[in-house]
Amino acid sequence: MTPALAMFLGFVLLTLAITYWSARRSQGASQYFAAGRRITAWQNGLAVAGDYMSAASFLGIAGMIAFNGYDGFMYSVGWLVAYLTVLLIVAEPLRNAGKYTMADLLAYRLSPRPVRAMASLSTLTVSTFYMIAQMVGAGALVKLLLPGVSYEVAVIGVGVLMIVYVVFGGMLATTWVQIIKAVLLMSGSIFLSILVMKHFGYSFGAFFDAIGHVSWTGADGSTITRNFFQPGLLFKPPWGQIDLISLGLALIFGTAGLPHILVRFYTVPDAKTARHSVVWAMVIIGLFYIMTTFLGFGAATILTPGKISIENMSAPLLAQALGGEVFFAFISAVAFATILAVVAGLTISASTSFAHDFYTNVLHHGRERGPGEEVRVARITAFVVGAIAILLAIQLRAINVAFLVGLAFAVAASANLPVIVLSIFWRRFNTTGAVMGLAVGLLSSIVLIIISPSMMGLDAKALIHGAPLFPLRNPGIVSIPLGFLGAVLGTFLSREPSAEAKFDELIVRANTGLGAEKATAE
Amino acid sequence: MAPDDRKLPQDPTPIVGADTDIAPISRGGSKPAHERTADEETDVVDWHRLAASAGFKELIRAKRRFILPATIFFIVYYFALPVLVGYARPFMETRVFGAVNIAYLFALSQFFVAWIIAALYVRAAGKFDRMAADVIKHERQ
Repeated sequence: MTPALAMFLGFVLLTLAITYWSARRSQGASQYFAAGRRITAWQNGLAVAGDYMSAASFLGIAGMIAFNGYDGFMYSVGWLVAYLTVLLIVAEPLRNAGKYTMADLLAYRLSPRPVRAMASLSTLTVSTFYMIAQMVGAGALVKLLLPGVSYEVAVIGVGVLMIVYVVFGGMLATTWVQIIKAVLLMSGSIFLSILVMKHFGYSFGAFFDAIGHVSWTGADGSTITRNFFQPGLLFKPPWGQIDLISLGLALIFGTAGLPHILVRFYTVPDAKTARHSVVWAMVIIGLFYIMTTFLGFGAATILTPGKISIENMSAPLLAQALGGEVFFAFISAVAFATILAVVAGLTISASTSFAHDFYTNVLHHGRERGPGEEVRVARITAFVVGAIAILLAIQLRAINVAFLVGLAFAVAASANLPVIVLSIFWRRFNTTGAVMGLAVGLLSSIVLIIISPSMMGLDAKALIHGAPLFPLRNPGIVSIPLGFLGAVLGTFLSREPSAEAKFDELIVRANTGLGAEKATAE
Repeated sequence: MAPDDRKLPQDPTPIVGADTDIAPISRGGSKPAHERTADEETDVVDWHRLAASAGFKELIRAKRRFILPATIFFIVYYFALPVLVGYARPFMETRVFGAVNIAYLFALSQFFVAWIIAALYVRAAGKFDRMAADVIKHERQ
């Protein structure tokens, strides 16, 4: 057994033990969907960070910095700043006025069935796209880290584990999987950063000088020397700059609309704890992205781009060079744990939304037909979602799925955030506006991605053969204004006195916490 | 109320307000909390009066005074980074010390600015919590 396999199995056994512990506790709806609302601020902060720091962050951004220097680092800034939107605008009203999902807040004063149906569709779209990207990534990663394991086995393994966590352990087990993963990821990154500084004799001067002169042997045998602090190595004119702004918009407005992040705020006892948990998450996420300086620039200076075979393997290869085989195994296991935790978080948010929003509230007008039915439906949904994700990930193994993550953020920013913000701040907002905002935001992001360079191209690897009709890879700069516009225009198409009358109730609840869902007794 | 519920002979609880009620059980005025039915419970709080109360309006004003400028500031400060890097590159490439340039320091500063805004908000929110508690206490009296 290789060290990587041993460490990975250790993580799996630990998480299964937690699932067993969680499954033995009482499983009412509030326990299953919201961990009884008894998660503390620091625990939820770690869980939010764990849900958010996907393999794209850990492996992707380190690789981007290792190959493109500054532009990769700039890319990582938006991932933290986005949490200010969550902290200042969304987290507390959502906790105060909701029960299990984002749609609870929207349906509060609007006509519940159309709004919940659209919000559930948007949630399932975001979660499924994000999940497939993670699972394809997991399959590719395992092939590199554990050469004996095939792509299919890896994808099925990840899929089965996430189904087990969610079906048997519910939100409590999923939360603790995130917490353990976040702790592992942070310790691995801190240790790797220290090793990088040790390499430079703990001198920032020497480290920064090396970043200023990264040189390696190119494919044609010539020596390339670059200043890696110089911007513009990745995002090039004419569209690169606008693409970067567009990505920033999707991050800043999309994070506060990601269903798997929003459900986390229902697991804490009250809005104050929700607020403090965002602050905990910001400290952890911020430290992590600052450490990408060491991970990414460390790989660029110590290994140099010429010696890294695959961009996404920059961080594990750096660990191998500085810490030997055992540390390489540890970092690889951390990367795998990262993916596993994120897919579990996505699965529970998708199944909660389907069971609570679509099944109970849309199909059955908000009435459970029997005790525990909502939880049972959520468990079945988790199983189905997991199975579909496994099948799709095996089918889509050959394509580049990086754009799916961009799509998830674009949909969250263009469809979910406008209606969340308008329903909290605009008395006149109504059902037509919410449905149109969700529909326009969802459709415009999907259509713009399909006709963008991410999917269309003239080379053989492109999914659709043809010149891209839309020049940007990130549709946010167009689709977010469209989402807002759809919501505002839709609102003006009709008047809904009942929604306007209930606005007082919503803002009082959202701002004072009066009547908010309480934590269940132990 | 589903029609089936009334056919249960073993349940002697009178249904208040049902069509068989000749004289509704009432002592006039509002009932104590434990006697309210689920339908009445939802209207325990007069949301419109609360929303119009001076204390609540002051809470909303105080929140807006902090959240609106803070949001505008962080959005402007954040987007200054990609805009300047994209369109004012020579300025951003100015070296400050060693190989470190303005672009890197500006990107790094974003982390600290985000943390500072979060810390300021948590401090301000302590006051919002107290104001909200006062609004609720006032309502209960």
